Amino acid sequence: MTQPRSPLFELDDIHVSFATPDGPVEAVRGVSMQIARGETVAVVGESGSGKSQAMMAAMGLLAGNGQVTGAARFNGDNLIGQSKRALDRIRGAKITMIFQEPMTSLDPLYTIERQIAEPLMVHGGLSRRKARARALDLLELVRIPNAKARLGAYPHELSGGQRQRVMIAMALANDPDLLIADEPTTALDVTIQAEILGLLADLQTRLGMAILFITHDLGIVQALADRVYVMRHGVVVEHGPTDRIFAAPETAYTTMLLDSEPTGRKAPVAPEAETVMDARGVTVTFTTPAGFLSRPSAPIHAVRAVNLSLRRGETLGVVGESGSGKSTLGRAVLQLLPSEGRVSFLGTSISGLDRSAMRPYRKSLQMVFQDPYGSLSPRMTVGEIITEGLLVHAPELSAKDRDARARAALQEVDLDPAVRNRFPHEFSGGQRQRIAIARALVLHPTLIVLDEPTSALDRSVQKQIVTLLRDLQIRHAMSYIFISHDLAVVRALADHVMVMRDGTVVEAGSTAQIFDDPTSNYTRRLMRAAFDLSTVLSEQSVART
Amino acid sequence: MFRYVLRRLLGAIPTLFLIVTGAFFLIRVAPGGPFDRERTLEPTVMANLNRVFHLDEPLWQQYFYYLGNLARGDLGPSFVYRDFSVGQLLASGLPVSMTLGGLALLLALVVGGILGCIAALRQNTGIDYAVIATATFGITVPNFVVAPLLALVFGVWLSWLPAGGWNDGNPANLVLPVIALALPQIAVVARLIRGSMIEALRSDHVRTARAYGLPTWMIVIIHALRAACLPAVSYIGPAAAGLLTGSIIIEQIFGLPGIGRYFVTGALNRDYTLVMGTVIIIAIFVVLFNLLVDVLYALLDPRVRYD
Amino acid sequence: MTDMPPLSAAALPDSSSRSLWATALLRLRRNRAAMGSIVVLILLSLAGIFGPMLSPHDYARVYPAFVKVPASVEAYPRAADILPAAEQVLTRARLTPDTIRLDGTVLTVTASASRPIDPRVTRYLDRSDLFSNARVTATAPDDLSVTMQADVARYYFFAGTDANGRDLLARILISIRISLMIGALATTVALIVGVAYGATAGYLGGRIDSLMMRLVDILYSLPFIFFVILLVVFFGRNIVLMFIAVGMVEWLDMARIVRGQTISLRRREFVQAADALGVGAGGILRRHIIPNTLGPVIVYMTLLIPKVILLESFLSFLGLGVQEPLSSLGVLISEGAKDMRGAPYMLLYPSIALTLLLFALNFLGDGLRDALDPKDR
Repeated sequence: MTQPRSPLFELDDIHVSFATPDGPVEAVRGVSMQIARGETVAVVGESGSGKSQAMMAAMGLLAGNGQVTGAARFNGDNLIGQSKRALDRIRGAKITMIFQEPMTSLDPLYTIERQIAEPLMVHGGLSRRKARARALDLLELVRIPNAKARLGAYPHELSGGQRQRVMIAMALANDPDLLIADEPTTALDVTIQAEILGLLADLQTRLGMAILFITHDLGIVQALADRVYVMRHGVVVEHGPTDRIFAAPETAYTTMLLDSEPTGRKAPVAPEAETVMDARGVTVTFTTPAGFLSRPSAPIHAVRAVNLSLRRGETLGVVGESGSGKSTLGRAVLQLLPSEGRVSFLGTSISGLDRSAMRPYRKSLQMVFQDPYGSLSPRMTVGEIITEGLLVHAPELSAKDRDARARAALQEVDLDPAVRNRFPHEFSGGQRQRIAIARALVLHPTLIVLDEPTSALDRSVQKQIVTLLRDLQIRHAMSYIFISHDLAVVRALADHVMVMRDGTVVEAGSTAQIFDDPTSNYTRRLMRAAFDLSTVLSEQSVART
Repeated sequence: MFRYVLRRLLGAIPTLFLIVTGAFFLIRVAPGGPFDRERTLEPTVMANLNRVFHLDEPLWQQYFYYLGNLARGDLGPSFVYRDFSVGQLLASGLPVSMTLGGLALLLALVVGGILGCIAALRQNTGIDYAVIATATFGITVPNFVVAPLLALVFGVWLSWLPAGGWNDGNPANLVLPVIALALPQIAVVARLIRGSMIEALRSDHVRTARAYGLPTWMIVIIHALRAACLPAVSYIGPAAAGLLTGSIIIEQIFGLPGIGRYFVTGALNRDYTLVMGTVIIIAIFVVLFNLLVDVLYALLDPRVRYD
Repeated sequence: MTDMPPLSAAALPDSSSRSLWATALLRLRRNRAAMGSIVVLILLSLAGIFGPMLSPHDYARVYPAFVKVPASVEAYPRAADILPAAEQVLTRARLTPDTIRLDGTVLTVTASASRPIDPRVTRYLDRSDLFSNARVTATAPDDLSVTMQADVARYYFFAGTDANGRDLLARILISIRISLMIGALATTVALIVGVAYGATAGYLGGRIDSLMMRLVDILYSLPFIFFVILLVVFFGRNIVLMFIAVGMVEWLDMARIVRGQTISLRRREFVQAADALGVGAGGILRRHIIPNTLGPVIVYMTLLIPKVILLESFLSFLGLGVQEPLSSLGVLISEGAKDMRGAPYMLLYPSIALTLLLFALNFLGDGLRDALDPKDR
């Protein structure tokens, strides 16, 4: 694919800086890129690379403290420095955008019909009636089931995937020349992601607009993009055709990004290893608490009759999409939620134990949470956070001994022990997750439940955490229950995998078996959406034509 | 929605009943009586008065007697304004208080809303700071300071407007009391709207509206203001309560014949029935305003269901 | 995964470590309005505590000669009033004044007469309200002229006097003391009741929580201020009763705030993490919940004090507050409002004092909120 002579859209030396109390912060430092008519281009980078801010700046959507210099030309006209009125002739008509969070990006107070109709009326000068008819056409175009009835729906009445379809309908309303999609599927489950991306690819071939993807997900890039720009710290480090970038990256950073999918497999444990945890028929039922006068609502079965068994040194991967009950299961086996069924730890039954009866076991049963920002108490120092468990389980230790344990735990997770006196808000996401792991390690646990520990992290950081977890497991012969929606990470860590959906186990087996030869349709769909996006997309378009 | 309103109104009956009962016994248990202040009445006259007003009967009997009358809509005779029934007094006072309160609420919402919007749209400019400073001033300076000062400056020194009196609701007589009553509420509404408007303008769906090239008035009025109104709507309830309290002061300072004044003089004179009447009226207002707030909120926000 | 400006670099933070409290304090120090408010509050507190002791006038002392004298930096009685008065006295004593001089508090008179002057002439001076301790300092050899001295009691009323002839400044000082005291006590009552109630409801959750909050909702919908008025009217104007009543009205918000905080904290992952560590309820409350509710509670408390003071002044304004001879700013403003045509300073000075106090407290509260929760702006 050759460089087009007159690009449809072009960024020329874009600089973006934000005024903050600590002085200006440069988010984008001289970015240039071009998109030709009908082309699909991806901008890839980790969080903080400035990939979204560059586009926001070009579209005049920066936050109030943002400053932009450079040029953003659409069909040769520079958008930067234009009046709002001039800009509005292009925004929403020639260039449209869809965003990461379809829930918050749509106005919760208006029907979707009205929100699709507004740009039509403003730019196309359509009457309300015509706009309504066109909105219906668009909803059918983006394949919203029962579109006519859905016109009057409010965003909160739709599912996440449907909301993103509505956003796409809005984006297509005025037949744009360019669609900028800012992480359009990051908030969605993989199977929904495949559907939305398939829809976008299909619409592009039919309508012929150019699409600019802003994403951190290389799978999307490989499946959809003609060309790629790789960004880091506010600059483009490399760009070129997708095939070339994936086959022969020129910079170390791109190589690292491509390489950042967790690799390696876990070595199996010896067959004679003892069983650490065994759970039979674990069932969790939620009822919304009854109000003062209101009756409790219908019970929700979050987890239904799940069995699991885990030996020392083993990792069980629990996989599923949002709402599958995987996190609830993790908390239930640790007796952090009331549950039915029988759970035994090292041969002793721990099911139904109350707080104080459970306390002796807590030392051996640890948990690491998803959100590295929420799981550390903001007003405690790192040292206090790590040693809190020792106060409960080893009260005989002196302050000095506790400090020594904290230092050792921090060293285990490759953090400088000198950080003990700092507070959590001073650390990055990956560092915080290391602190959370250190908090679990300091008690020398037998089993750790890891609830999406890598989901909030960038790929490159993810890989480090995965490596760390694997090393620690071998060093201390710990067992993990690893809960994740991220199949690549699970494949790199787990001995056995359990696939959950709607609270039940769809399929369970060894990692190799689940990944290479899944038996259920659901698992197969999940695997292909995660690992073979291109094929899924091309099949979808074949099926449609 | 009608069923919802009906259910809420029925649900308010126990609350009102509680208020009536609480107020009734609170007043009666307290020392003193309505005729203590009159220059030493002859014992026979006193006994007569007590009999006429049923004060010689046991308290619980008086309570049921009062409830019975109340059920028939009779608030009883006033003990102090001997020639009037409480119903008559309230009927004459209520229009005054309602005119005052209604105008003040309107003024507060309109002026406060506009000021808040302007400040939010011009965030961190001189205009914004001026609005914030004025609002802080309005919240800080109590209306029993503002009201006399207004009367002093505009009524006495400049003689632009009457410094007091009702004068059958002559608009010129209303200006100062309404401003004095509305000022603190204007301040609160302006601050509320400013805060929620800034948040709304930063929200993702307003970014969407901007990305789709909608004109500024549509972005501000249709997409930001409606969301920003929600906190202000929830404030209407407390605001109404604030106006009720404020009107006690304002009516006293400007010498207006509203129910706020009756409440204070009634309480001071142990005019049991008058106090009860005012408390009931006020409680009904509070209940109605809370209902109004919930209905308005549900109308503005489709995510809220009537249940 | 939206892009954020890279505020937190990937590298380890530098060696200086700041807790959230320290950061908040730093932010507060940059807020000039809040720092100014702290200074004003300290000055007002000092004035309230020590002012009444240092003031030359007792707040209850009545000066019948100086009713409603306007504020002035000149001493009362004024020189312009003293000299004619002295002249009048001398005339009554059948003396001809030669010179009349006033040096501060000492009046020196030289007078002459056609007949020899009796030294007891000083009584004429003493008989006047203005002069005391009159004495003869020099007599001419012929007894026809005399030099007398008398003390003049001169008072400074920097803020004027009230309708009873009491020093307004002294009354403002004692009022500030009363206002601050009621503010502090009632806020403490509201704090204790509100925090205990809210934390209990939030921590226990479930049916107990919804029952407890239902009660708060009902109380919210009551015209509470009217009950306070009734309470005060019928049970006497007692300062203790006042602040209990005010505190009882104001605890509702505190209870709601604390409950909301507790519930949202219980859902936070760090509390779940402590649960998973086996930390007991006491440890969770002590180490995780209370330190994190403290910020909003402190902010609310700062904003509650002016509310309470306002409520107290409101009651006092209606004549339901503190009793004579004690005073409060509301009482003074009410008195001033009654006579604003004749003596506007009686309205002005107490209003300024109250406004200053409330302004400082509100600005400090706003500053604290911005410092503790910077995303609010």
